[in-house]
Amino acid sequence: MSESVIKHALSTAGIMIAFTVVGTLLLAYTFFATREPIAKSEAQARMALFRQILPESLHDNDLLQDAIKIPAGGELHNREQTLAYRARLNGQPSAIILETVAPDGYSGDIKLLVAIAADGSISGVRVLAHKETPGLGDYIDIGHSDWIKKNFDGQSLAKTPDDAWKVKKDGGSFDYMTGATITPRAVVKAVHGVLKYFADHRDELFAAPAVMEKAA
Amino acid sequence: MSDNREIIENGLWKQNPTVVQILGLCPTLAVTSTAVNGLSLGLATAFVMAASNGAVSPVRHWVPREIRNPVYILIIAALVTVTDLGMHAYLLALHQVLGIFIPLIVTNCIVLARVEAFAAKNPVVPSVLDGLMMGLGLTFVLTLLGGLRELVGKGTLFSGIDLAFGPAAKQFVLTVVPNYHGFLLAILPPGAFIGLGLLIASRNWMESRKVAAQPLPPVALAAGH
Repeated sequence: MSESVIKHALSTAGIMIAFTVVGTLLLAYTFFATREPIAKSEAQARMALFRQILPESLHDNDLLQDAIKIPAGGELHNREQTLAYRARLNGQPSAIILETVAPDGYSGDIKLLVAIAADGSISGVRVLAHKETPGLGDYIDIGHSDWIKKNFDGQSLAKTPDDAWKVKKDGGSFDYMTGATITPRAVVKAVHGVLKYFADHRDELFAAPAVMEKAA
Repeated sequence: MSDNREIIENGLWKQNPTVVQILGLCPTLAVTSTAVNGLSLGLATAFVMAASNGAVSPVRHWVPREIRNPVYILIIAALVTVTDLGMHAYLLALHQVLGIFIPLIVTNCIVLARVEAFAAKNPVVPSVLDGLMMGLGLTFVLTLLGGLRELVGKGTLFSGIDLAFGPAAKQFVLTVVPNYHGFLLAILPPGAFIGLGLLIASRNWMESRKVAAQPLPPVALAAGH
């Protein structure tokens, strides 16, 4: 009796193990087969985004190969470690692409990607991720309006004094839409912050040795 | 042949997973903000359902009853991960839009329900057909609900179609109501509940009209006495 119970348990366990092994093999195979295409399409998507905020005439290097790690926290408020990509023209630093987080959006973090030319002027800003109200705060997203282009392209600390980095409602020089002021306020503050960060750290950002990027 | 016909009718209409069985509401409510989102997640789920039914059916005699659930879940989870990785590799933009809801297909109870209720008892061909038809029934409702919410909420149809079918498809985006200011409620989660409620109600209404149109069978009359 007990022998047959053990036998039954063993055969059941054996079948379970067999299915687990087959499943694992299938997953391992798919993982390795898709690793290259995933890395490739992610790199392509990232380059397509970079091209939106950084004119190709501004660099002749491979941005993805010239990245440095920026630790989480600090002035950029990133929740995790990010990569900053450096653009160079004829070997000279021409621009940098930084990620930053506006932690005080209407509903949670707004993740931004900011390209700053070496002279400290903004080449372009894009929202990477946000949870703002659809139809109200989401005009910061390029898919909904060109607010972010109109307000930030060409901006710099030299052009706009520190106390004007506010929305017009607060006495600053940035547009906003009625009914959604908190969102642009957060974005303006974050972009101002990233410009100040760049001004303070410009030389070390361009001088730091590049890290080799691994496939995500 | 008539069996297959029944499987198709069950999946698409009579036993429609969303509006009749009311299963798998989490993705139904969460991703149906546009028609394309609903369609894409529906198709991904239909693929997983056809594949998991097709994978379980041939091994159904080998799986002891005690471990059938872990084995089925294992098979479904493996197939979902394969789908997830495949979409990540070849449909990156869409993968980012649907995000967490692709891996969550594993937890969509309609997948396990069809494996357990159908594939575990039937041969391969009808099982695959059942999975596919149930999946397409789900896709149909998700697309309809997504289309409704998108139309009422944003005044467009098929926005984001280029994410699923390449930039060439962008011309298919329809702006039904130009200069529409939007109706936020439809886009936000409550819109999904209201829309789904309307869909279920209209299906019930159509069914009840069908029943009313038929003459009462004599058996029912006899039973009345």
